[in-house]
Amino acid sequence: MEGFTPVLSTIGGIMIGLAAVGLLYFNGRIAGISGIMGGVLRPQKGDTLWRAVFLLGLLAGALTVMWLHPESFDLRVDVSDPTVILGGFLVGIGTRIGNGCTSGHGVCGVGRLAPRSIVASAVFFGCAVLTTFLVRHVWEGF
Amino acid sequence: MPGYLLVFFCGVLFAAGLGLSGMTLPQKVIGFLDFAGEWDPSLALVMVGSAGVYFVFYRRIIRRAHPLFDVSFHVPTRTDIDQRLIVGAALFGIGWGLVGFCPGPALTALVSGYDKALIFFVAMVTGMYAYRTVDAIAGLRTDEGTAVDG
Repeated sequence: MEGFTPVLSTIGGIMIGLAAVGLLYFNGRIAGISGIMGGVLRPQKGDTLWRAVFLLGLLAGALTVMWLHPESFDLRVDVSDPTVILGGFLVGIGTRIGNGCTSGHGVCGVGRLAPRSIVASAVFFGCAVLTTFLVRHVWEGF
Repeated sequence: MPGYLLVFFCGVLFAAGLGLSGMTLPQKVIGFLDFAGEWDPSLALVMVGSAGVYFVFYRRIIRRAHPLFDVSFHVPTRTDIDQRLIVGAALFGIGWGLVGFCPGPALTALVSGYDKALIFFVAMVTGMYAYRTVDAIAGLRTDEGTAVDG
């Protein structure tokens, strides 16, 4: 999976898009992972089971991928544990405050041309690029 | 019941797409976000492919009276750009750039058993719980009870 993988990445992207389309067509829901997880963490009656089922599907799909294509889970994180904790906390709190993540805003929101999601995607993408630059090329010790 | 089975299948397909595309790998995500390094544009194609498919089908589906297994669509209707949206997206972007995990890949990474993936996931869930407190202190809360975007 190292280097440029245009064919696999395009096919994978289409599969993600079809999965999100399916969730809308069958159940009328937006396939935003942070929103779906947030709903499971604070359960509301009648609105929790589908979320849990979707997240279980994600885990089942991940296990299947790891079995058929183990390279997809040959993960490397080269920053320290405190940075991992900070990053995780910011992703968790940021996606809840901003009502969405790469899937909800990036895929579904941009795909339906929602102004809020287009703005959010530009902001989180810009901040991610800037952070990556600072951490990899300006400051050291992360 | 068939509705839930299809929800499960959508989750499986979503994860398979993440795995095949390379989104599951934080090092590949960083390779995409790091314009000043050896830039790997692969993940731009993931976004184009996924949002493109959604764009094509969304307008056809939303014209229907209701989804197959529900009485109505649950689609966000807000269009205002508020402070919460910007601050939240910025915090998320910083965290994404620090480590290379966004929420979907952070969840699927658990199957790898990698210790840093587990640490990230626990911190992320903590952040998802903590948001209401921080939100209230910062005075950002304006939309209690309204639909989320994603």
